[in-house]
Amino acid sequence: MSTTETQKIEELANKEYEFGFVTDIESDTLPKGLNEDIIRQLSAKKQEPEWMTEWRLKAYRHWLTMEEPHWSNVTFPPIDYQDISYYSAPKSTPKYKSLDEVDPELLNTYKKLGIPLEEQKILAGVAVDAVFDSVSVATTFKDKLNEMGIIFCSFSEAIREHPDLVKKYLGSVVPYTDNYYATLNSAVFSDGSFVYIPKGVRCPMELSTYFRINAANTGQFERTLIIADDNAYVSYLEGCTAPMRDENQLHAAVVELVALENSQIKYSTVQNWYPGDKDGKGGIYNFVTKRGACRGTNSKISWTQVETGSAITWKYPSCILQGDNSIGEFYSVAVTNNMQQADTGTKMIHLGKNTRSTIVSKGISAGRSNNSYRGLVRVGKKAENARNFSQCDSLLLGDKCGAHTFPYIEIDNPTAQVEHEATTSKIGEDQIFYLNQRGISTEDAVSLIVNGYCKEVFKELPMEFAVEAQKLLSISLEGSVG
Amino acid sequence: MENITDIKKYFINQFDEFEKSLNGEKTSEFHQVRKEALSNFSKLSVPTQKDEEWKHTNLSPLLKHNFSTLVHKENVSSEVITNFLFDKTEHSLLVFVNGIFSPELSRLIEIPKGVVIGSLAESLKNNHPIVKKYLGKYAKDENLFFTTLNTAFTKDGAFVYIPESKVIEIPIHIIFYTKTGSEKIITQPRNLFVAGRNSQVTIIEHYISDEENIYFTNAVTEIVADQNAIVDHIKLQEESKKSFHIARMEVDQERSSNFSSHLISHGAEISRNDFNARFNDEGSECILNGLFMIGDEQLFDAHTMIDHAKPLCNSHEHYKGILQDKSKGVFNGKVMVRRDAQKTNAFQENNTILLSDDAVINTKPQLEIFADDVKCSHGATIGKLNDEAKFYLKSRGIGEKSAMAILINAFAIDVITSIKIPSVRNYLENIIAKQFIG
Repeated sequence: MSTTETQKIEELANKEYEFGFVTDIESDTLPKGLNEDIIRQLSAKKQEPEWMTEWRLKAYRHWLTMEEPHWSNVTFPPIDYQDISYYSAPKSTPKYKSLDEVDPELLNTYKKLGIPLEEQKILAGVAVDAVFDSVSVATTFKDKLNEMGIIFCSFSEAIREHPDLVKKYLGSVVPYTDNYYATLNSAVFSDGSFVYIPKGVRCPMELSTYFRINAANTGQFERTLIIADDNAYVSYLEGCTAPMRDENQLHAAVVELVALENSQIKYSTVQNWYPGDKDGKGGIYNFVTKRGACRGTNSKISWTQVETGSAITWKYPSCILQGDNSIGEFYSVAVTNNMQQADTGTKMIHLGKNTRSTIVSKGISAGRSNNSYRGLVRVGKKAENARNFSQCDSLLLGDKCGAHTFPYIEIDNPTAQVEHEATTSKIGEDQIFYLNQRGISTEDAVSLIVNGYCKEVFKELPMEFAVEAQKLLSISLEGSVG
Repeated sequence: MENITDIKKYFINQFDEFEKSLNGEKTSEFHQVRKEALSNFSKLSVPTQKDEEWKHTNLSPLLKHNFSTLVHKENVSSEVITNFLFDKTEHSLLVFVNGIFSPELSRLIEIPKGVVIGSLAESLKNNHPIVKKYLGKYAKDENLFFTTLNTAFTKDGAFVYIPESKVIEIPIHIIFYTKTGSEKIITQPRNLFVAGRNSQVTIIEHYISDEENIYFTNAVTEIVADQNAIVDHIKLQEESKKSFHIARMEVDQERSSNFSSHLISHGAEISRNDFNARFNDEGSECILNGLFMIGDEQLFDAHTMIDHAKPLCNSHEHYKGILQDKSKGVFNGKVMVRRDAQKTNAFQENNTILLSDDAVINTKPQLEIFADDVKCSHGATIGKLNDEAKFYLKSRGIGEKSAMAILINAFAIDVITSIKIPSVRNYLENIIAKQFIG
């Protein structure tokens, strides 16, 4: 490669994280540390009913008996759970009636991130439940959704106003005993989103939440619960950016999806948290438990994710296919650059008859990063005629990165048809040459090829996200061509 | 039922008596290796399903028994062995009865000067320099329970040494025959095959028993393929359906060497095969084929690992399984491409057919890649026999059973066709036919 190109590449590689800035707002923060008192205080601050406090404490007590897991293909320094503040809310709560009342500085932050709340309301048709740190600040389009009986609100509000629904479904997919981080989340979750789509309703717009970690040293413990009742449909978007921080921030969210008869949930994520600088300093730990249960017959859950950020991504959005004829889908693009680590994949648990699942995972590793796909396809004894197709491809840019695949296939029923294939390759010199020859710079050529490679996944994303995802991808890979 | 610590203690306690049975050999250099292995062994615990490597393999049926390490010499007539020979082809034959070399049953054909085909015990006694150099060099991981056990109790096994530029055209057929008396026994063959530069050899490891008895085979095989050597290895595991078979094979490949392995397995209640191949230099090739056919409550477990430590090597791995009744199959295939191993080609495939409702397969084809200029792929399929294909055959007047047999044969055959010796191929085709036509 020529020297000018190398220079350009170096220049781009040294580019700082674009979305790194800190909003200076007073936060109402609990002291660092974790014990039963903190949890009681947290619960009291959020004016939660007794049963919720008890549930949190139950989870906390269970958490104390657990050990931090270390089986994944990632390494990180030990986390001091007593050195985290478990609650941080922007001072200027309570709720606003209109956007004018919102702290202008907050709104500015959103603008910098490219979330024009006001415009979005009119133009995009996207209802935004923006979570700034831990408390929902503005919820738009609520009235419109209300008319259809759709509940789309913050988790705290749901606990207050729809306790029956929360009680019925909270922890029903990811029990509080599930795993170390999910249990921690159950004990200390701060806020999140709650969605309920009633019977026969097709949600007319894409629901979306922007998560953002702000106050320093505040781990974010989001909790999302989405329920699609019989014959309902909802598409939910989750997107994240975070300001630059030097200390590692733990993010242990839990997402639970429940799909009842004939319903469909589409959950899309674009994750672009701060990945740390190029020596691996700083960055977010993204340890998330995401799971959906296809409870009803003919239900469908589809996960789409584009993971470009975080120092460590460790998550497996999964589908439990309980209902007959239910369908699970997983489409993922995971990009790691510099010192980033990703151990991600999915679990498809086939329990019902004629259940089907599709897994398409595209890993891209650059720099000195490590990218692992870890997936499980299990076909239970009673899952007649289960069908799975898995494809996981890895693309390596540079010779110092690693790509790994750990597919687990466990079949208990002979009528199952399971296919798995994986490939690992790099971008061919001839491909680059072909594009160079037509006047396309190497950087653009790589971007073009990588976008083509990820097309299968991007086409599953809602329109607005697809554009953003492509942009993100080229930003994440800038300077990685060598 | 014995509990887990007991089986460990049990073996440790037997060591003294084992030592006595070695007679004068106690003072040899290798005995230190045994003792060291025993001390390592005493620190290990029996693998359980909590260990990732043993996640799907429950060893508790094995732990129920106490197997004696003291093996009595059994008289076996050559007619018994004849049943297991391939056709009437004349191969060099080494026979081990209960893990001990039996010269009267063995015969060697046309051995050039310098070539050693014989018993490890004898070469240990003679202090053969090659044995000294290589034995225990590759299967030395002190954390492996069964391998360490084998090292501690190493007494005999097959030793083959082909010096530089020698080509052994006649395949070497090594039979491990187990005949138990009143006692349940453990046999622990330790094999060492060394192929020098530019040499060529074909070796068949054949584990058999013609009784349905409970015993335990814990075998370790080390293979060295030096520069440009061509080594074809075939392993047939036809142990008693009540026995336990745990085997480890370590292969070391030097520059431009060529190694191929075929594993055909249908015996034993629990059989576990660990296979590790390592490319130590550029330009080598490794072919790894496997076929397992199990039924009843048998369990077959294969863990393979191909280590592309150096650039420009090729590996092809293809494992197929046919599972009946309540049998359980485990396949864990790992391909590791290290940082500088550019221009690596590694292909891996695993196909399994489940013939019954209660059969279970757990497969994990795993790739770990740290180099960018590589071509690697893996694939896994699991399914049952194609109903349409069966219907097609039936509509042409072929009975259900024969139709099944034809389809299974078609599925299994491509693992076998790459075996170069026709008589072995025929023998295997008969085994497949016997398994599924009955």
